[in-house]
Amino acid sequence: MALYGSVLDLIGDTPLVDVSRLSPNPAVRILAKLEGQNPGGSVKDRIALAMVVEAEKEGILRPGQTIIESSSGNTGIGLALVCKVKAYPLKIVLPTNVSVERRQLLETWGAEIVDSPGTEGSNGAMRRAQQLAAEHPDWWFPFQYGNSANPKAHYEGTGPEIWRDCPEVTHFVAGLGTSGTLIGVGRFLKDRNPAVQVWAVEPPPGEMVDGLKNFDEGFVPPVFIENNGYDLLDRKMIVGPRESVEWTRRLTEVGVFAGISSGAAVAGAAKCAAQIAQGVVVVVVADGGWKYLSTGAWTDDIDTVTDRAKRIIYF
Amino acid sequence: MPVEVRLPTVLRQHAGGQPSVQANGGTVGEVLEDMVRQFPGMRGQVVTEDGTLHKFVNVYLNDDDVRYLDKLETKMADDSVITILPAVAGGAGRT
Repeated sequence: MALYGSVLDLIGDTPLVDVSRLSPNPAVRILAKLEGQNPGGSVKDRIALAMVVEAEKEGILRPGQTIIESSSGNTGIGLALVCKVKAYPLKIVLPTNVSVERRQLLETWGAEIVDSPGTEGSNGAMRRAQQLAAEHPDWWFPFQYGNSANPKAHYEGTGPEIWRDCPEVTHFVAGLGTSGTLIGVGRFLKDRNPAVQVWAVEPPPGEMVDGLKNFDEGFVPPVFIENNGYDLLDRKMIVGPRESVEWTRRLTEVGVFAGISSGAAVAGAAKCAAQIAQGVVVVVVADGGWKYLSTGAWTDDIDTVTDRAKRIIYF
Repeated sequence: MPVEVRLPTVLRQHAGGQPSVQANGGTVGEVLEDMVRQFPGMRGQVVTEDGTLHKFVNVYLNDDDVRYLDKLETKMADDSVITILPAVAGGAGRT
């Protein structure tokens, strides 16, 4: 054990754990990168710290300046932790349909929550944050979907950690949100070994699509486009709420207590394992299960839980 | 044999409000062409005039985004289902 000067020094260097008991193919190992071990409880601690530190270095973020960001939860919680320690006031635009624990954690760290309609999902929260940032030019808006410090945190952190711990990796699987994890880690691993495949798992876009007037209102993160995500990804799969909950439960068989999006990612890793002859699949478990206890994900009837999961944003 | 094509809300108005339609074809592109033949209001919306997928549209063959398979050339298999969805930031679970 070591002595740390700040809780922010605990961000990153997460463990990689063999969960091959969940692999449908005995010739394929599955290793889970447990990002819930970060102090704020998710992979997003990495980009929260990276975006703030980068902005401080560039001089676009001054001491005491207000920060505004949109988040379905984890980026907001990571930023709230970083902002508490570094003394920045923080406003988070949060869709109303996130789990109650996400909201409680933001409040714990003293972030001000700005509600956005749940039916508009993350898209709506992002648009509202953009609008508020434009109205208040004195606030700093990290914009995680377009901030190069996001994939960079994974290129310089998560990717090298995986390569250090498992250079035998053949496939990398992670959830697709801002695409920062997939772009940063995927690019790093392919730079080391071009044969490594990068598979993305995404949630169904949900009922917010009902609010779209036409496809031109859609959105692809600038982080994805600017980093040639279309060329980098080898596969992209959609995993629905029921399968996500089922695999969140299966993770507990190997002692891993993870969030519902991690269940989706591991479902994707298992599909990958079933489709290849042999290999080592590394999958990102983005957060722990603590923030989803109120959904009854592990204990209630699966149909009831799936129905509840359809109403919350879990990515 | 026709396959099922599941439509997002934004396209349903062009198919009499149906959540899914049946169409024929040996590849994803052919199935989408047959769908547009039946429902001309969808022309140019999923596949643009230059023959590529609209940048904010994702088309899935079962669970797989066809952009990372063989795009519109992706071959259909028996009992495959095509799902068309808009590309949006993040996700809410409801389908």
